[in-house]
Order: sequence, then C-alpha cells, then structure tokens
Amino acid sequence: MHASVCDFVLDVVQNSVEAGARLVELDLFEEGGRISVRVADDGRGMTGEERARALDPFRSDGGKHPGRRVGLGLPFLEQAVRAADGEFDLESRKGRGTTLRFSFPADHLDTPPTGDVPGLFRSALAFEGGYEMRIRRRREARPGEPGTEYEVIRSELREAAGDLSGATALILAGRYLESLEGSGDGPRE
Amino acid sequence: MAKMTLEDLRKLRDERKKDLNRRDVEGKNVQIIVGMGTCGIAAGAKSTFDAILAAVDEFHLDKDVVIRQTGCMGLCYVEPTVEVAMPGMPATIYGKVDAAVAREIVQKHVVEKTLVENHIFDRPAADIIQK
Repeated sequence: MHASVCDFVLDVVQNSVEAGARLVELDLFEEGGRISVRVADDGRGMTGEERARALDPFRSDGGKHPGRRVGLGLPFLEQAVRAADGEFDLESRKGRGTTLRFSFPADHLDTPPTGDVPGLFRSALAFEGGYEMRIRRRREARPGEPGTEYEVIRSELREAAGDLSGATALILAGRYLESLEGSGDGPRE
Repeated sequence: MAKMTLEDLRKLRDERKKDLNRRDVEGKNVQIIVGMGTCGIAAGAKSTFDAILAAVDEFHLDKDVVIRQTGCMGLCYVEPTVEVAMPGMPATIYGKVDAAVAREIVQKHVVEKTLVENHIFDRPAADIIQK
C-alpha cells in the first residue's frame, strides 16, 4: 500500500502517461479540511467493463504485462479513500480519456499524510514522452504555515530547465518546485 | 524563501551550464532507470529516485547522467528496482534499492565502476519482455 497521498497521485499520473495521454491535468488542493485531487487525461480511456476491471485488484487486462493478471493501483487508492470516509469517482470514455477525482478528509485518522508535493510534481512531469501537463496547486494557510497557490505547465518548465530526463534539469526543476511550494533551499529573499 | 520564476530557473540553468562546461567528467552517457509502477511506488521508489538525484548532484555527475522513470520491470518482489546502463559496465538491474543503496549504486557503480553486491537481479522478468 502506498504511504502518502502523493504516492497515490504519482501512480495515477503514471497510468495516464502509459495510456498515451497527450494532455494530463493534475489538481492538488488542500483547503476546507479536505485533500482533493483531480487527474484528467485524454488517453485511451476505458469501456464500462474495463473500468470495472481496473477497480478489481485481482483482474487486470494484461495490457502492460501479458500473462499478469493483478492490477493494484486504483484498487489500493479506492480502498484507502473508503477507509478514510473520503470520496472517489472514476469517469472514463473509451477513446476519449479518463478523469479521476478523489478526496480525503484532512483530519481523519486513516487519511495518509500528504507527502512530498514538489517531489511528486517533479516525478509526474518527468515521465518519458511528449505529453503536456498542467498542474494546479492550492494549499490554504495553516497556523504557522503560509498558504500557496501556483500553476506549472510542463512545456514551460522544460523550456526553462531543459529535458527533464537530464539530471541537471531534474535538480533545477526540483528547486523551482520547492520554492513554489515554500519548502527547500531556494533563492533567499 | 521567495518563489522562483521561470526566468530565475533559466538563469540557474545557464550558470550551471557554464560551470559544467569547465569540468571534464568521466562516465558519460550514464542512464539510470527507476521502476515507478505501483509496486515500485509502494516499496519507496520515490525516495530511491530522490536519493539517486541527490547522489548524482553530490558527485557532480549531473551533466552526464540521464535519469528515467519507467513502469513495472516485472521484479515486483524486489522493488524498488533500478537499472544502470553505462559504457564500460554491464547493464545491470538492482533490486531492493532503498535510499542508502541508491547512493551506493551511484558511488560504486557509476563513479568507481564496481558492481554493488547482493542487490543484482536478472533482466526484466521474462514474462513481461515484449516479443
């Protein structure tokens, strides 16, 4: 099972990239007592039957690995969300794409920690392929911690930092994302 | 700490380029691939990825290293998995790579050109190799 909300999100984004998406949208909001996530892609999408299989841990279409029949990504997520009295919604249309929305109540005992948000974004932006990605991030202020709000576009980041498979670009992109989030050792004021 | 802008990022990249162009680093064309499927993520592949990146930075190898993320390599039972391909060394898949082992791989395999024992596994599992 994944250790943090960010781990779940990274898994879902990896699914979108593997589904041949040209555009992936990721929203990660922490506000109003909830951690809310939306991942939308224009990848190959699923039929109703395929959608049902995607949520069954012991059935996989074998598309990734012929011969293997276990697919745990979305079932893990749905189980974690249900355990924390959260909300889970998976919409998909064959040939059109998939939109996944889920949320956790921030104060529920079974809600996983949010995790490393800049690290999640760096990895989500750095999968191989020519996909575009738009990330929207909001975190409301908490006692002793200011809020933040920003947007990251993959093509713009690649133009500024370089190809995100190169270690230099990954290091620089990490620092940039940490500065947006308000963590790490970015440039001093 | 102030938020950086994309322009700040461009400047940092240009500064680093100038700095790197002054160095002659061995071991060019190093590819490090981290399995980032469900099994890898659940086993801590994100920390592994971070540790590799930190070690590459520490050993000043970033100009010569490409770090990719891939899906499941079929070795779910020894995740996190890391594949290293570079001139002068056999393409190697390492398993059970936590943050400490990740640093060891960068230091021993990439810098010192020595295999890291007890973590070497076979090519991706036979049943997932595309025929």
